[in-house]
Amino acid sequence: MPDFIIAVLVRNRFGVLNRVTSMFRRRRFNIKCLTVSETESPEYSRITVTFEGDGGAHEKQQLIDQLYKLEDVCFIKELENKSAVTSELLLIKVKNDPETRALVRDTADAFGAVTMDYTRESVIMQMTGSSRRVSAFIDLMRDYTILEICRTGVVSLERGSETIRKTEL
Amino acid sequence: MLLSGADIIVKTLIEQGCDTVFGYPGGQILNVYDSLYKYQDELKHILTAHEQGAAHAADGYARATGKVGVVIATSGPGATNLVTGIATAYLDSVPMVAITGNVMSTQLGTDSFQEIDITGITLPITKHNYIVGSVEELADTIREAFRLAASGRPGPVLIDVPKDIQIAMCEYEPQSPVTPDERKPAKDVRIAEAAECINMSARPFIYFGGGLITSSAQEEMLTLADLIDAPIGCSLMGISGIPTDHPRFLGMQGMHGHYACSMAMHKADCIISLGVRFNDRVTGNREKFARNAKIIHIDIDGAELSKTVTPAHAMRGDIKQTLKKLLDKVKKTSRPEWQSTVEVLKSEEYKTLDSRDGMTPRNAILTLNKHLNENTPVATDVGQHQMWAAQNLNFRRSRRFISSGGLGTMGFGMGAAIGASIASGERAVLVTGDGSFGMCLNELATAVSYKTPLVILLLNNGVLGMVRQWQTLFFDRHYSNTVLDRKTDFVKLAKAFGADGERVTTPEELDKALNTAFNTDGPYLVECMIDKDEFVLPMLPPGGSMDDIIVKVGD
Repeated sequence: MPDFIIAVLVRNRFGVLNRVTSMFRRRRFNIKCLTVSETESPEYSRITVTFEGDGGAHEKQQLIDQLYKLEDVCFIKELENKSAVTSELLLIKVKNDPETRALVRDTADAFGAVTMDYTRESVIMQMTGSSRRVSAFIDLMRDYTILEICRTGVVSLERGSETIRKTEL
Repeated sequence: MLLSGADIIVKTLIEQGCDTVFGYPGGQILNVYDSLYKYQDELKHILTAHEQGAAHAADGYARATGKVGVVIATSGPGATNLVTGIATAYLDSVPMVAITGNVMSTQLGTDSFQEIDITGITLPITKHNYIVGSVEELADTIREAFRLAASGRPGPVLIDVPKDIQIAMCEYEPQSPVTPDERKPAKDVRIAEAAECINMSARPFIYFGGGLITSSAQEEMLTLADLIDAPIGCSLMGISGIPTDHPRFLGMQGMHGHYACSMAMHKADCIISLGVRFNDRVTGNREKFARNAKIIHIDIDGAELSKTVTPAHAMRGDIKQTLKKLLDKVKKTSRPEWQSTVEVLKSEEYKTLDSRDGMTPRNAILTLNKHLNENTPVATDVGQHQMWAAQNLNFRRSRRFISSGGLGTMGFGMGAAIGASIASGERAVLVTGDGSFGMCLNELATAVSYKTPLVILLLNNGVLGMVRQWQTLFFDRHYSNTVLDRKTDFVKLAKAFGADGERVTTPEELDKALNTAFNTDGPYLVECMIDKDEFVLPMLPPGGSMDDIIVKVGD
């Protein structure tokens, strides 16, 4: 089973991220990545969590059921690839080596990566896309010298006019 | 009216119908204690010997009544001493509100004297917790805590109140007590599917736990049992839920459950499970558990339905409401073949019962039974004595068996018995062992101070019996650190605390001593000497199945 993404709308309160992640930890749910951000309403924060999917439907159900029990959790939705727009942002710093400079540039162009910082020793590029695309780009960059990587983790919204706040608890 | 935060805490507790709080004062909760002094005619405060005892007492109060138990403690060590008590309540779904003081808001996060992050510490053992940010939100936070503690699957809620918020002034308007969230039945379509499953079954078995008591669904369950001609069993938390001598009741299931109950569950083809959570002490080896049965599982907590065993029919909802609807859909059926199987199991169980004369653990509990009236709450600690009590005590009323099931907290009983006695206005009984009693015996002081009518039946075998039993069976009799061999004179100890007591060695002496105990004002300790090699039987070895059940232990 591939990874699965759960979006959680939580009350925008002090310590709420800790409540959610503490539950994942003590119940042994393995998080692959997690993002938290402000939302359209100051009342809520949105947590997007990607899980390594090996537990199957049973584990997914248990995860959602346990999330529901947290007082600060208001809405939960599983976002599936086919019905959601999913994206992540990558910053990658590579060595600016004259011998490989052109090759790096070509690869970056192929993936639509943009140069954000350019010095004699290093280049920082930024790209956005699906996690798979981001990983593929990183993989190609391993042929050169990667100095540092930072990924935001996945954010995701359902396609069409449906919103998480229309989900029935 | 304009009140201080501390006054608001006390006034809101009174407003919510709280009549008794348990606690222990200290530096960062002093303002609240000043308010407790001011309003002492409206709210009784029970001072315990230790915060843990206060938490267990609030827990015992809640278990005996179904009301929310309240415990108050100071910051730092006062708060951390509550932790075992809060965890005990959490694992057994007991409604509780814990209020702790903390240092001034401006000093939070600076490791001030007696500062501790108690909301962080209790995150995994509370339904929810709060650190109050301003005096304006204080009353509503307490109200919300009461609602949360009692709603759905009950549990503890903690409110941490920094000292400056206890001092700050704010307008307070009394409100009526909060009502817990509405308890809804499961979805109709699910109920119909479950009814179909029951109607198709030849050997239905009803299995209930603490959730049945919370939902007050005894009547509906017994009606269902009559309708479908099913035997009934329970988990440890279900004990006292229905009268022990009910003709359909086979007793407790699980590691030390009654033989007939465990076997009937094993042979059933449909298990109707009400407010239980299929803990490992109940299922043993999950792969082999109830292999022949379709499981119907009703619980108010949806997360229990997908946690350990996978039911054929999972229903999230209130048990009482759901059963009411289910009753309309199941067919009245008599199942004579299944009943005769159950009768055979009962007679097999009868043959395995310990029928020895003399001071056996079973005879101790049977003697105690003669002295109980239907209202007597019986608390236990944890270990062999707890299982002997669970197997042999007779109950006629709900909420009379008070025992730490989920967390298995040794030392729970003393505080819990005091809380249960105060809550019910009845003489309470504590069945304990020398190991457990040693953990929180300081609460004898509390029972003496408040003249709590309390009969302490201490089964003394000089060892940590349950652990020793495992060492005998699974660790080649390596009695590592389980032989206490202490020189404690429990009768003298009771006297030193200002109570009274005696030591007995025969059932006749025990009967006489209990007579004295049940006619004494305040606590009375009966130390009953039993052999160190007594076993709790039957026993399903950990991770085992019904094929591995031990009913007798050879020499």
